Amino acid sequence: MTADSHVDGNAVGGEMIDMFGREMTGARTCCGGCGSVGPFGSLILYQRAPGKVLRCPVCQAVVLVVVEQPSGLRFNFVALRWVAQ
Amino acid sequence: MAGAAVHGRLNWLLADVAGFVDETPNVKTIVLEAQGWPGHLPGQHVDVRLTAEDGYQAQRSYSLARPVDDARLEITVERLEDGEVSPYLVDVLQPGDRLELRGPIGGYFVWEPGRGGPLLLLAGGSGVAPLMAMLRARIRAGTDEVVRLLVSSRSWDEIVYRDELERIDQEIDGVEVIHTLTRSRPEGWKGFDRRVDRDMVAEVAWATHERPLCYVCGPTGFVENVASSLVELGHAPELIRTERFGPTGGPL
Repeated sequence: MTADSHVDGNAVGGEMIDMFGREMTGARTCCGGCGSVGPFGSLILYQRAPGKVLRCPVCQAVVLVVVEQPSGLRFNFVALRWVAQ
Repeated sequence: MAGAAVHGRLNWLLADVAGFVDETPNVKTIVLEAQGWPGHLPGQHVDVRLTAEDGYQAQRSYSLARPVDDARLEITVERLEDGEVSPYLVDVLQPGDRLELRGPIGGYFVWEPGRGGPLLLLAGGSGVAPLMAMLRARIRAGTDEVVRLLVSSRSWDEIVYRDELERIDQEIDGVEVIHTLTRSRPEGWKGFDRRVDRDMVAEVAWATHERPLCYVCGPTGFVENVASSLVELGHAPELIRTERFGPTGGPL
């Protein structure tokens, strides 16, 4: 992965609204890997993988994978301990 | 709760292409009319979806470049040579065409007049777009936040919104626009002439005790450099907000 291949969690905000019905990029998240807390929008998003892969900006753990399936969106919560408004 | 979720659901909206503004040889602003647009905050973005005749769809996010103005929206798009969406938007799209939009999106990389400052805006190339929405909103509202905008561009001809930024710098009290040109400079150029580094950030930013709100937008490498410079200089991470838009045609 080059430094240029990722963007911010902000870029998955549209899918978040589709799934949860509200704006989520300002919500706080807690990484299940290292426990660090920060806004959803500051997660690191890799879009070139199949699906959208979100990693913790502190420990790089994969925390969430968003996949578009024929039936609709699928969210794999790999390591998000919590999300809070 | 189910009712709230349905109410909050974002549907794709059809927007008419009302016109274009050539910003630089590679960058165009697309003016859109989207009936039923719910309004947005400076810094928010929209998803744009294109559908080919065979049903193949491609989707990208673009920042809104102006504060809310009824149904009128503007996005500023840079043509990426190997892009799937941007060459179509910049070269093929015509007035009267329609685009599918979803938005507004984003609650993190936003700033509104009255939120306080000083406000430090740091832009790489066309990353100036969401920062321009913040700056234009501040000017329209006439609030008293002090603003500095640093824009990094490859050359004089590649400065997005150049004429408007010149006017703002000269005419608006409390707003300062600073340029750096990384690849070529016009004769007699007195501004910065290198990629943004820690020394430049230190020169442009206020002292840390002034607690400027920092918004950084641009290609990923640019944002990483600038954000880490701000942190190394002692600016509090919670005051730094970033929007990376991925790779571009070259370093800024």
